[in-house]
This record gives sequence, structure tokens and C-alpha cells, in this order.
Amino acid sequence: MSRLNDANLSLAREIIARYPRPRSAMIPLLHLSQEQNGYVTEEAMAHIAELVDVTSAEVYGTATFYEMFKFHPVGRYVVNICGTLSCALLGAGELIHRAEETLGVRAGGTTDDGLITLEQAECQAACTEAPCLQVNYRFRYRVTPDELDQLIADLRAGSLTDEIPPHGTLARTRQQIPADRWVRPVAPEETTAAPAWMPAPEETSS
Amino acid sequence: MTTGTTYPWAVGYVAGDRPQIVTDRFQYEDSYTLARYEATGGYDGLKAALAKAPSEVHDDVRGATVLGRGGAGFPAGIKWGLMPEGVYPRYLVVNGDESEPGTYKDRLLMERDPHQLIEGCLIAAYAVGLSQVFLYIRGEMALAQERVGVALNEAYAAGYVGKNILGSDLSVDIVLHWGAGAYVVGEETALIESLEGKRGEPRLKPPYFPAAIGLYGKPTIVNNVETLSNLPWILRNGPEAYGEIGTETSPGTRMLAVSGHVKRPGVFEIINGSTTFRDVIYGEEFAGGIRDDNDLKAFVPGGGSAPWFLPDQLDLPFEGRPVGAAGSMLGSGAIMVMDSTTDIPAAALTLTRFYAHESCGQCTPCREGASWLERILRRVVDGEGTRRDLAMLVEAGSTICPGDFPHAASERLGLEASPFPYKMTTICFVGPSAYAPVHSALTLFPEEFADRVAPNGDGHAPIPVTVTSSAGGAS
Ligand SMILES: Cc1cc2nc3c(=O)[nH]c(=O)nc-3n(C[C@H](O)[C@H](O)[C@H](O)COP(=O)(O)O)c2cc1C
Ligand code: SF4
Repeated sequence: MSRLNDANLSLAREIIARYPRPRSAMIPLLHLSQEQNGYVTEEAMAHIAELVDVTSAEVYGTATFYEMFKFHPVGRYVVNICGTLSCALLGAGELIHRAEETLGVRAGGTTDDGLITLEQAECQAACTEAPCLQVNYRFRYRVTPDELDQLIADLRAGSLTDEIPPHGTLARTRQQIPADRWVRPVAPEETTAAPAWMPAPEETSS
Repeated sequence: MTTGTTYPWAVGYVAGDRPQIVTDRFQYEDSYTLARYEATGGYDGLKAALAKAPSEVHDDVRGATVLGRGGAGFPAGIKWGLMPEGVYPRYLVVNGDESEPGTYKDRLLMERDPHQLIEGCLIAAYAVGLSQVFLYIRGEMALAQERVGVALNEAYAAGYVGKNILGSDLSVDIVLHWGAGAYVVGEETALIESLEGKRGEPRLKPPYFPAAIGLYGKPTIVNNVETLSNLPWILRNGPEAYGEIGTETSPGTRMLAVSGHVKRPGVFEIINGSTTFRDVIYGEEFAGGIRDDNDLKAFVPGGGSAPWFLPDQLDLPFEGRPVGAAGSMLGSGAIMVMDSTTDIPAAALTLTRFYAHESCGQCTPCREGASWLERILRRVVDGEGTRRDLAMLVEAGSTICPGDFPHAASERLGLEASPFPYKMTTICFVGPSAYAPVHSALTLFPEEFADRVAPNGDGHAPIPVTVTSSAGGAS
């Protein structure tokens, strides 16, 4: 059930085929499973292990290194408030404090209705727009505490469902490589010859 | 009054009356589309490249001296030449993991001009025979992933990427890949580990220099997004034109983000080499001075890892050598400005916490030392520290970086500069980066700590930091 569903399974096969080694697809597949279920389940990890031909423990070992993967249910919306220097200088502390008050949870917690998970995050590459935050990795810039309250009210009212997909979905358009233009992965053991456009070595010596 | 043009669709970016090599298209709302790209010289650099021999394209890039924009400032053309001759396949891994505190430029380049980056990848692949490209974008950047994904789909369909590009012998796939939240993965060998489907733990250099032993053990070029984004312009206009901008040792432009206590925080494309820190912090076409006309207290000149500068260093130019001699580094083009109201120990804590949190745990001095730095500094900030704690901060720092640590000169303190770089007992720079803010704060603002701690104090237990690294010391 929380293995990859059929649609995602065929997507997963497509993704794996792009890499010289199946294991390289592990993080993309973990994202795919998180998109499907909202978090990464044990069954999904076992399924991914089969698909990329490693043990479940290896999938788990890799997955737990990365902060974006959640191993238990989180809110439909994960609100990440940046607390690193540029944001800290311009009011991030106050913002986090307000979020904890309004949501009634501490950073790391999820609201009782399961709608919103609050996290204190690190630098989000929006340092000129401090203090900033992300909702499911969609930005909000120069956020005041009152704007934060409004954002939370909007999330609760469901008025941002079009703009912000549920937790787990990143880009909504996937890469598609047309079969007739696809070169196919170049495996490390596949060839030791120079690619077609490179002149033979003796011609390159200048 | 600040000058310059901003655009609602390129949040943070400020255009100016100076050469804009990589940000020129930001003026168009639809700059990320293939239609706009083609209408503004897009893929002409690739066409110019394909009309030459690969080695000539490599010569152009070498001749332009494109300094790497990811942090280390190593010239791209020279890096490409470090791959062992005749060994294939070779891979290109694009570093779009931007997450160094204060850094905001690569995300804009990916969101606003993805085709420029794609074209840069193709030029690199053609020049040095890279068989496959992996474009690794930071996991938390949903819009950048979307824009680059759509651009790749357009570019494949139009014949710019994939088999026999524009009817030539060049055949190369660009695979879009994204991470899942781990700062250390931005380090190039960790990036490769991550792309192999593993934990993003940095590898030891030597032997794992990517150019020799990279992805799947094969020669691999890792280049930053901004570095590659410069290539289409260079192929269109020639390396000489690039050299006419900036200085001989730092040609062209570079992007930087100025954030913190300035009147107009922003992302600017500046002329490399000759522009000074005073220009970008105080200049009307840049950040326009300190907010509320306060005094400048200190600034971080090159991302959270960089030792801090004081007003004494404002007249230094964006040139690696003098900045290194003055005790810091240009790093990733991130300037964080702190005004006179800043609580210095607390500011240092936000950065040290960041690096302690991001330690991958392979090296004992980083894993233990950084978390001790964080813990001790926190109690000092909370007013619960003692003088002994200050000594312990230095002690913990020296297990990560033995010997002199770089710092700026201060006329106020009668202090001379100690030059960059430092010695380190760790595999990568995360450990030292946890110490840099602590060391800068303690060295340049001793009074702020003296005021904060109880005068005597044997109250706290000594820190059990192990001096040797479990993974062996690299430098
Ligand atoms: C801890 C750490 C994090 C790094 N993060 C990044 C990053 O996010 N983006 C980047 O381009 N380079 C980053 N670097 C630098 C890369 O290791 C590498 O030098 C760079 O990507 C090479 O590209 P360039 O030569 O074009 O600058 C990081 C280095 C370290 C030590
Ligand atoms: S210095 Fe820290 S982050 Fe870098 S390899 Fe060692 S433990 Fe990992």
C-alpha cells in the first residue's frame, strides 16, 4: 500500500534508467515516495531497496542522512522558518516565537489537527529577503509576525491549496527525455574511448 | 538614495549601470523561457563552440580565467585540464546545492535563467569530452527544480540537449537531480557520494580529487552554477572581452548577496577584482549604507565560513590575494553586515550552531568540537558562562584548527592581521567553519565576552575533545 503505486513505479523505472548505476536514483525515489505518502514509510524503503538493488538498511542509512525525509507523518504543510545569521539579525527569533504561540506547538512539532508542522530551518538562500520562511519549500519573504499569522490563517482556511501542494511535492513538472533524443547513461565500465566529438588524441596535441 | 533597477519577478536582484554578464536577462519577466532565451542570443555560445575544435573551446575558457564561484575560486579552465589524459568516460556534476549562510545567487540563476546554465553545461561537455551531465539542485529549491526541469524539457525537444546536438557529433544527456537537505553535500566529494545514492559524507583528498577519481571512480568536473553560467557569454564575446572587465587576476563579474543591517539588501552582479567592500556596503548603486545610519560593527565577507572583517577592511577589493592576506576569504560571494546594535556573541552562535548542526560526524574534532563550541557559546550568550568557558572555546577550536587561526587587523585593538588559510585536523571545512565565527568574535570583540561572563569560574567541566581524527587528518 505505501509501496510505490503503479504510476510511481513506472516513473521510478524511468528515473533509474537515466543513471549509470541504479543506486544513484535512491534520493529521487525517496522523494517520489514522500510525494506519494507525505513521508517515507518502511514499506517504501523496502520497495526502493528492491528497485535499486541494495538492502533496506542501506536505503534507511542513506535516507536518514537527509533532513527533508520524514519517517513519521507530518503536517500537510511544513513551515520552515530560517534562523541563520541574516534572518536572525532581522527578526527570525521573533518570528519563530510568534509561530510557536499561534500554532501552539514548539519547533519540531505538529498541530493537533495534523495540518501544520513547524520547523526552525537553516539558511534558505534568500538572505537579502530576511526574515524568510518556506511552506513546503515555497518561499515567503520579509515576513512580519502579523503576516505570519495571516499565512497560518490562510493555510487553515485552505485558501493556498492551489499554490502550495501537500508536503512531499517539489517541482510539479518532471523531466522528460524524449526517446528519440535520449543518449542513455554512460556507465563507467562501458567505454574507455573518447566520445564521438572528441578528436583522436594525436590530433589534440598542440 | 539608492539607485539601480529591481524587478518583482527577480526578488532581491538589483540591476545596475555596469556589465551584467550572467544577470542581463533578469530584466525580462519571461527570462526562463526558451523563446526569450533564443531571442536574446541564447545558444549562440553553443553554436560558436561547435564551430571550433573542443580544444579551442577549452583554450577560450582557460584564457578567460573564470574563477570558480562556488567558494574556492579555482579557475575552471585549469580545473578541466587536471583530468588524466585519455581516461573516459568523464562526467560533469553541476553544484546547485547553494546553502552556505548568506549566499543567494545560484538559486536566482537557476530560477531566472536556466537555459544559460544548460548552455554552459553543454559548452563544458563539448570542450573536455564530458559524456553525461548531472545537474544537482538543492532539495529545498522547488521553484529552481521546476524551472530547470521545464527548460531541460524544452531544450531536449528543440534539439539543444541529447543526441547529436544541433546536428553535430556532440551527444550528451543532462539529468536533473536534487538533494534532500544536507549542507555538507555542497562539498564536491560529498556531492558525488550523494549522487551515488549514499550519505553525503566528504571523501579524503587526496586521493579523491574529483578530476581524477570522481563519480563512479571516473574523472569528474564539479562546477558551480554561476561558474558555468558565464560560459555562454564568453563563447559569444570571446575571452578578450571578458578580460576587459574586472582585473587581470579576477576578470569578469561576480554575483554577490549583501544582507543584514544595510539599507537595501540585495543581489548584485559586480565588476570583479576592482570593486571594494566599501562600494558594495555603502555605494548608492549597491546596499546604500547601514540601516538607520548606524555605525558598521563587523561584516562577514564571504559566507558563514569566512572569518569576519571590521570597518578597517572596507577598502579591500574583491581580489583573493589581498583578502587572504587580510585574514579571510571571498568564498561564495555572501556579505552579512552587522551594525552597532548587534550582539556579537549571539551572532557568532547562530553561525556556529549552523555548522555544528551540519557536521556529518566523520571526524571527531568536527563532530565533538563543533557541538562543544555551540554548547559553551550558548551558555556564554545566556549569561551563564565563566572566563574559563572563553578559554575552553579556544581550546575546542584548536583541536579543529591547531596553530594560528586567521583574523583581521584592528586599529582599535592594536591587532595585526593573521593571514588565511588555517591548518585543520578534519576532512572538510565544516569543522573549521564552526570555529571561524567564534574565533572572529572572541578576537575582534573581546570586551563583549568579558562583559558577559563571571570573572572566576571553575564551575564547568572540562571538555572531552579528542585531538586525533578518527578518519585521519587531511589539510
Ligand atoms: C562544506 C562545503 C560546502 C560547499 N557548498 C557548496 C555549494 O553549496 N555550492 C557550490 O557551488 N560549492 C560549494 N562548495 C565548494 C565545492 O566543494 C566546490 O569547490 C565547487 O562546487 C567547485 O565549483 P567551482 O570551481 O565552479 O567553484 C562547498 C564546499 C564545502 C567545503
Ligand atoms: S569536517 Fe565535519 S562535516 Fe567535514 S567531513 Fe569531517 S565531520 Fe564531516
